[in-house]
Amino acid sequence: MVRIIDRRFDSKNKSAVNRQRFMRRFKSQIREAVADAIAGRSIKDLDNGESVSIPSKDLSEPQFHHGRGGIWENVYTGNDQFSSGDQINRPQGGAGSGSGKGKASKDGEGEDDFVFNLSREEFLDVFFDDLALPNLVKTQLARIHEFKSQRAGFTNDGNPSNINVVRSLRGALGRRLALASPYSGKLRECQRKLEALLETRPEDDPEVLELREEIRILRAKIDAIPFIDTFDLRYNNRTKVPKPTTQAVMFCLMDVSGSMDEGKKATAKRFFMLLYLFLTRTYEHIEVVFIRHHTVAKEVNEEDFFHSRESGGTVVSSVLEMMRDILHERYLGGAWNIYGAQASDGDNWENDSPHCRTLLSESILPYLQYFAYIEITPGEPQNLWREYEKLVGAHPNFAMQHIEGLPDIYPVFRELFKKKLP
Amino acid sequence: MNAKKPKRKQPLPAPSEWTFELIDAYHTEIDRVAKAYGLDTYPNQIEVITSEQMMDAYSSVGMPVNYHHWSFGKSFLQTEKSYRRGQMGLAYEIVINSNPCISYLMEENTMTMQALVIAHAAYGHNSFFKGNYLFRQWTNADAIVDYLLFARNFLAECEQRYGEEEVELLLDSCHALMNVGVDRYKRPGKLSLTKELTRQRERAEYLQSQVNDLWRTVPVSKSKSQAVEERRFPPEPQENLLYFIEKNAPLLEPWQREVVRIVRKVGQYFFPQRQTQVMNEGWATFWHYTLLNTLYDEGLIADSFMMEFLHSHTNVVYQPNYNDPWYRGLNPYALGFAMWTDIRRICENPTEEDRQWFPDIAGSNWLETFDFAMRNFKDESFIAQFLSPKVMRDFRLFAILDNDKEAKLKVSAIHDEAGFRKVREILSDNYNLGSREPNLQVWNVDLRGDRSLTLRHQAYQRRPLSGDHEQVLKHVGRLWGFKVKLETAHEDGSVSLLQEWQPPAPVKDKVAA
Repeated sequence: MVRIIDRRFDSKNKSAVNRQRFMRRFKSQIREAVADAIAGRSIKDLDNGESVSIPSKDLSEPQFHHGRGGIWENVYTGNDQFSSGDQINRPQGGAGSGSGKGKASKDGEGEDDFVFNLSREEFLDVFFDDLALPNLVKTQLARIHEFKSQRAGFTNDGNPSNINVVRSLRGALGRRLALASPYSGKLRECQRKLEALLETRPEDDPEVLELREEIRILRAKIDAIPFIDTFDLRYNNRTKVPKPTTQAVMFCLMDVSGSMDEGKKATAKRFFMLLYLFLTRTYEHIEVVFIRHHTVAKEVNEEDFFHSRESGGTVVSSVLEMMRDILHERYLGGAWNIYGAQASDGDNWENDSPHCRTLLSESILPYLQYFAYIEITPGEPQNLWREYEKLVGAHPNFAMQHIEGLPDIYPVFRELFKKKLP
Repeated sequence: MNAKKPKRKQPLPAPSEWTFELIDAYHTEIDRVAKAYGLDTYPNQIEVITSEQMMDAYSSVGMPVNYHHWSFGKSFLQTEKSYRRGQMGLAYEIVINSNPCISYLMEENTMTMQALVIAHAAYGHNSFFKGNYLFRQWTNADAIVDYLLFARNFLAECEQRYGEEEVELLLDSCHALMNVGVDRYKRPGKLSLTKELTRQRERAEYLQSQVNDLWRTVPVSKSKSQAVEERRFPPEPQENLLYFIEKNAPLLEPWQREVVRIVRKVGQYFFPQRQTQVMNEGWATFWHYTLLNTLYDEGLIADSFMMEFLHSHTNVVYQPNYNDPWYRGLNPYALGFAMWTDIRRICENPTEEDRQWFPDIAGSNWLETFDFAMRNFKDESFIAQFLSPKVMRDFRLFAILDNDKEAKLKVSAIHDEAGFRKVREILSDNYNLGSREPNLQVWNVDLRGDRSLTLRHQAYQRRPLSGDHEQVLKHVGRLWGFKVKLETAHEDGSVSLLQEWQPPAPVKDKVAA
């Protein structure tokens, strides 16, 4: 008559759909909040969710209500001082007095902003919304281009290099035992008879001789069983399993010459951060190579990359050469998706820029998924920019952008990595 | 049943952890006692859920199934936030007015709380749903879950066909009118899944043809048309805006009319709940208190259980005074519980005052009186009928008149001999939906002109509409498709135009096409 049902394990997250609807509806507000968060935070914080606040008037659900004014007569509890006909001053909206509250509660506590938390996933979803790495579609389709061979038991045929010795010999041993067993039974019997006979008969008794002959034949038969036969052979079996390429390497190249001030470096850092975050979403494993340069290039750790101070002139080709060398040394062979991002103020030693272009187009770009160059300078593009411009048409995986200050980063990032339809 | 079960001397175990066996054992006892008190209920279905599921249920207005809408997502986020911060405990229970009556028990509750919830929801609320005239008249417990299922599937289908965006906008508009989309005086037809499904298409086609007919332009000679007396439409003002729109909005597609209807039906379903808060909660509180105390008297409930139970019960019926910082108006649980308890007292131990005030019920059989009161009243009339001087004294009720034309507030009545009736009258009026919510009517449609729809707000006590009306009127405009006007009729008879809204041009192009 009563039904007691345990519902704890079914249909969790029933309102996930409603939550998504909510997020979609307030996308623009949520986006703003996310953009703010990115502007004001470091990369480690970006990994967390974000609390988003939406002005409550934006998400009110309007209804016909009474507003303030007119005549109201309400009942309150706990009379401690009033008697009929008393006149009292209107309370000035503070706590501690009852009158007027009836209306206030109708308005609700709606003055505050509506605050809620985005999970990390949602946060990044919003952030990367409709962004995709260039050629990502291609990369994803062609993602499985390497196979990993994996053991899958044993087979009866195969090539000699795959013979499993232990398995094969174990099989051979079993076979030998099995084939020999009728003979060895007889052999044992004959030997027993022989020993019994020898106690009473002389060595040359015909019966003894007969037995000896039989034993000899049996032994020969047993010996004739091959030690190993072709059907004893077992081979290691291996199957090919597609191996997703889930690793990428990202080269961060930055000019740290005297003309790159702290502000420009900070801008560059944001850019690298965003690229890194994006890659973490696409690839399981990412290595980052930091190379900084002035007149000479040097591979450094992240700390030094962003924070140590250097000064001097600028030879951009030095960093490209170093990138090329590291690339060829460590990351060729198809196992890596390679991305490059270069930040500079565009100020280069005049004669070096054409060399940079050649380096890029001949020995770097062919191996890269993508190379992005950002020039951080408030003014006119510098000579490096003009050289690089020549690359743009010829290499679809090359992109360049001009950034003036921090606020430009987000749009530029979108521009760089905007979805390219096939 | 009573006779078969020998009374146990041993109290039921009262560990803090509940088990299904214990829930069953407690339920059996509670059921026995409830039957002895003559509580008539729908069959019970008790479902154990997690706190997350409770929040889910909470945010989809307590229903086990509902269509999808962002506003439910919003209320989920709100609930979740305050729950996580510990600002708010979750409701101990949600109970659904359906047959069988579904009560949710939360996994985190202790055994005591589970028993309390069973007594409160599965017997208190359940019997109220089954007995009270408003629920009997306005809701159909047998079909509501089926209907919501139908609604959800229908809306999902619409989303597939017309796009989520489109459906969402429509639902937004309908939700804005939900409160003015109920019939207050007519009884709605019974909801039934099969009927809804079979009749839905018929209705859609029929309605569309009717609407087109309404707008048929019959060429009339000029001189004659002047002579024709302007025909009013609707002939009489209508209070149910959603119903009017469903039947008469010229530009809605059949599926859109069906959506309007769904929202209207759901709104109608919750209409009785809004009018019986004090009664219903008080009734359920009274019964959990009475049922568990009866079990305690029989020796079935341990002392430790009782202490925890009383602690929760006291929290529920706590009523802060007007000058407490956490005063949020009258607590319906407190007022309701006090009133029902007092009615029992009046029946069993009437004083001279009671005999004077309640000659009908003083000294009567309290169970019969309870049954009568539960079945035939709503908050407004229940208070007007049964609020006794003793309860008013206990709560130290007083009424304050706030007239915005006066500089000061006036205490119009307090809990004294002269004020009892006045206080009771005011309190009853506070629970009257008619005066609590603004009175809006479909006043006129300009049939021969620009097809504009005029809504009229009948001001009561000079109370204006809140600023929200600007947004709401846009929603009305979206549904109506032509110009909408909102005017206020003041009590002195004058009428002033409050707002006029013209839908943007594209809608007109649609008409041409």
